[in-house]
Amino acid sequence: MNKPIRRLAVFSMALFGVLLLNITWIQGFQADALREHEFNSRQFVESLTQARGAILVGSEEIAFSEPVGGDSDQYQREYENGQLYAPVTGAFRAGSATGIEKAENSLLDGSDDRLAVSNFLDTITGKEKKGANVELTVNAEAQQAAMDGFNELGQNGAAVALDPSTGAVLASYSNPTYDPNDVASVTETSEAAENWTSLEGSEQQPLLNRGLNERYPPGSTFKIVTASAALEDGHTPESTQEAPASLDLGAPMFNASRQPCNGGSPDTLAHSIEISCNTSMANWAIDLGAEKMTEQADAYGFNQGSFDIPLPVTESLYPSESDNNILGRSGIGQGNVEATPLQMAMVAAGVANDGDVMKPYLVESVKDSDLSEIKSASPEVFSTAVSAKTAEDLTQMMILVTEGAEGSGLGGAIDGMQVAGKTGTAETSSGPTHNWFISFAPADDPQVAVAVVVEHGGGSGGTLAAPIAKRIMEAVINE
Amino acid sequence: MSEAPTALPPVKRRNAELVMTLVAIGITLFAMIEAGLTRNGEMPPSLFVYGILFGGLSVLAHFFIRFFAPWSDPLLLPLATLLNGLGLAMLWRLFEATGDTSGGSAMTQLILTAASMVVFAVIVYFLKEPRTLQRYPYIMAISAVLLLLLPLIPGLGMTINGARQWVNLGFTSLQPSEFAKIALVIFLAGYMVTKRDVLSLASKEVKIGPVKVLDLPRARDMAPMAVMWGFCIIVLVILMNDLGTSLLLFSTFLAMIYVATQRSSWIIIGLTAFFGACTALYPFVPHFRVRMITWLDAFRPDVYCTDEFLNDPESFCQTLGNSQQLVQGLFALAQGGLTGAGMGGGKPGNVPEVQNDFIFSAFGEELGLAGVMVMLMALALLAERGMRIALASKELFIKMFASGISFLLAFQTFVVIGGVTRVIPMTGATIPFVAKGGSALLSSWIMLALLMRMSNNARKPAPQAIQDEGATQVIQR
Repeated sequence: MNKPIRRLAVFSMALFGVLLLNITWIQGFQADALREHEFNSRQFVESLTQARGAILVGSEEIAFSEPVGGDSDQYQREYENGQLYAPVTGAFRAGSATGIEKAENSLLDGSDDRLAVSNFLDTITGKEKKGANVELTVNAEAQQAAMDGFNELGQNGAAVALDPSTGAVLASYSNPTYDPNDVASVTETSEAAENWTSLEGSEQQPLLNRGLNERYPPGSTFKIVTASAALEDGHTPESTQEAPASLDLGAPMFNASRQPCNGGSPDTLAHSIEISCNTSMANWAIDLGAEKMTEQADAYGFNQGSFDIPLPVTESLYPSESDNNILGRSGIGQGNVEATPLQMAMVAAGVANDGDVMKPYLVESVKDSDLSEIKSASPEVFSTAVSAKTAEDLTQMMILVTEGAEGSGLGGAIDGMQVAGKTGTAETSSGPTHNWFISFAPADDPQVAVAVVVEHGGGSGGTLAAPIAKRIMEAVINE
Repeated sequence: MSEAPTALPPVKRRNAELVMTLVAIGITLFAMIEAGLTRNGEMPPSLFVYGILFGGLSVLAHFFIRFFAPWSDPLLLPLATLLNGLGLAMLWRLFEATGDTSGGSAMTQLILTAASMVVFAVIVYFLKEPRTLQRYPYIMAISAVLLLLLPLIPGLGMTINGARQWVNLGFTSLQPSEFAKIALVIFLAGYMVTKRDVLSLASKEVKIGPVKVLDLPRARDMAPMAVMWGFCIIVLVILMNDLGTSLLLFSTFLAMIYVATQRSSWIIIGLTAFFGACTALYPFVPHFRVRMITWLDAFRPDVYCTDEFLNDPESFCQTLGNSQQLVQGLFALAQGGLTGAGMGGGKPGNVPEVQNDFIFSAFGEELGLAGVMVMLMALALLAERGMRIALASKELFIKMFASGISFLLAFQTFVVIGGVTRVIPMTGATIPFVAKGGSALLSSWIMLALLMRMSNNARKPAPQAIQDEGATQVIQR
């Protein structure tokens, strides 16, 4: 009977072995992931009593922690210019956080492994543990310009500005916004929670960063992608397609003007972009075929899954269409095409950067409380969307949009320099049109690429969105 | 009936036992001191009481063993003391140290510990020969069944946390299944020793072509397995929703039939029947399904119950159950990391009902991986020392008995800690010696007393002939 007992003993030992391995896995290897899990409120509750690092734009602290004082050992999170930066910073509240406050929480609260050494030294020297400071790439002027633009217009929407050569996010504003100070109070907790609930329930969705997490039909701004596919396929800006007043794509699809684009003759690619011709661009998409169109959209970043900048960015979609009617509509950014404003800014930035789309990033650097750098951004190429030659052709075509005799986006032009742009007026199933403008400037030495969308503006991209884009570009260039 | 034992050296090592027991008491008191200083900035006011009662009784238990079971394994008492002490310290930290004793208290646990130690001493003293228990297998069987069925009696039984496994005695409540499992092990040991030959030899060969695949037992020998299976499935799973006890009892049954017969076909048949029944029942027993889903999809938003589903009366977590306890337990373990927050330094209260099955997550958070490894190793050592006793014993009944109890300890630990750490679905069981509650504690100490006595008898040197003349010998007893 000893043999089965020995086996039973080994089996019992194996049971404990499983438990030991599993607990090692949980507490040793998985611990960080679990600590930062989205359901885990500990990470935010416990750090209410810690000096949290600041979030900076330039040298200005836009989010920082102050001791509450009195008997409390808690810290109050304060937001400078809260409404302006809320789409980026998010809010740090008891039990939860959003935006950068969430995405960089482990660095801000000092629990990240990279801070272990300095934390250890602080413990030894008796200094208070303090989280790291996160410096954003955001340009204060550009962000302010975006907010002012939307405030004057009084419409919902979003603006995203990128540095085309690095991918740094210069502005990310979403309208309407909210003030994080209203929801972050650690002394008036019930009021803060009430405010949060009403923000969550609001139909205006102030908590949503539309620039990164809302998808809109990109409308005519997508024609840049279609034109890219055509040029990459060996065509030139002078290549033509039929451009009648309307095309029969299941249902008739008209030009905005209800007129043929070139008096009834086939229209050149350059002219089609300048006046934003629908029928010729739809013909281009059908002519190129679903495969080439999808390939080109993928190269700009569509269909590549969601990614983090480190804020989570929703995936933009360009489904491969087998039906020519839908394929034609997709060529002008309708049909099943859906893009985030950030995605369309990446399209503009890719053209501006000689065809290379840079990976967008929002955090310039993270510095420890003693100012030693923990990490800093290193620009990476996201993808090569088009060749440099194609990019140059596209730039010239996009300059015509803001300067040409029949340009559709004259509102985006800036005195004293050339601006490359593209308007968009996207039809929606649920109300007035969305109005887009994507652009970069100066055209010969791009410093900023912008995408602006005015939600259900009901006007045209050139009149509603282009002026906001212009303000943002000027803010960056004139600095 | 006997078999050549694997001899253990005839050493007592009682002084080593005393030193280890003192260390275990010291760890307990230091854990309480740390919890008190961290939480309230002062020494636990009742530390003296705990030191005297818990420490004093543990040392008394040692001296009792020194006199009445001097040859027993010197590791058993220190391991039990350590586990019981850690449980006490953690309960003190969870209740007394936070000033909220509505969910339980360490003082109650201390009193129950004292009572359990007295029962331990009584059993060690009076049960000189555990083999006498072999005489009453059917009494044991009937009492095991009665104990298990007790909670089903209306008015007497109570349902706590969904499982009907409690009996209300007015002044206190009991969990009879904790004692039923010991009675069952005694019955199985006795029964299988007598039926061993029939169970292990009579068989039908199953062949595929010329290749022998399996030795199947005869259908008529399947009766005990069928009864056991039916009981575990119908009574425990369907009627009482007591998956933990069901799993525990059936596995112990399989382990013991394997030890008795050394035939793997029993295990294969048993596992097939058990999991087959579970699969077949899956669509019909809702609480069963809920447990599987909260285990497999614990991190699904509607199972965990995020804010968005909290207000949705149709959602999974609002209608059936949620995985908050499991997920919060994992978060607590993650928070503890390698070294833990220190006693009193964590927030174990984030885990709902942490004082019961999930006390393990409180240890994980405050003592870290290092601490729970110590706890697991102590439990493993306890089970393995038990197996060693089974190997060293001569009588078959004692071999069965000791290995059965040891396996029970090991598997019970696996069921509860495996449930908490998401290795298996949560089923509800108690960590031996650590868990809060009188029934669990008492049954643990009873098992320890049985092991202690069996180990004493196994390790005691064989009687020496004091004179060697002629046929009649005077034996030193």
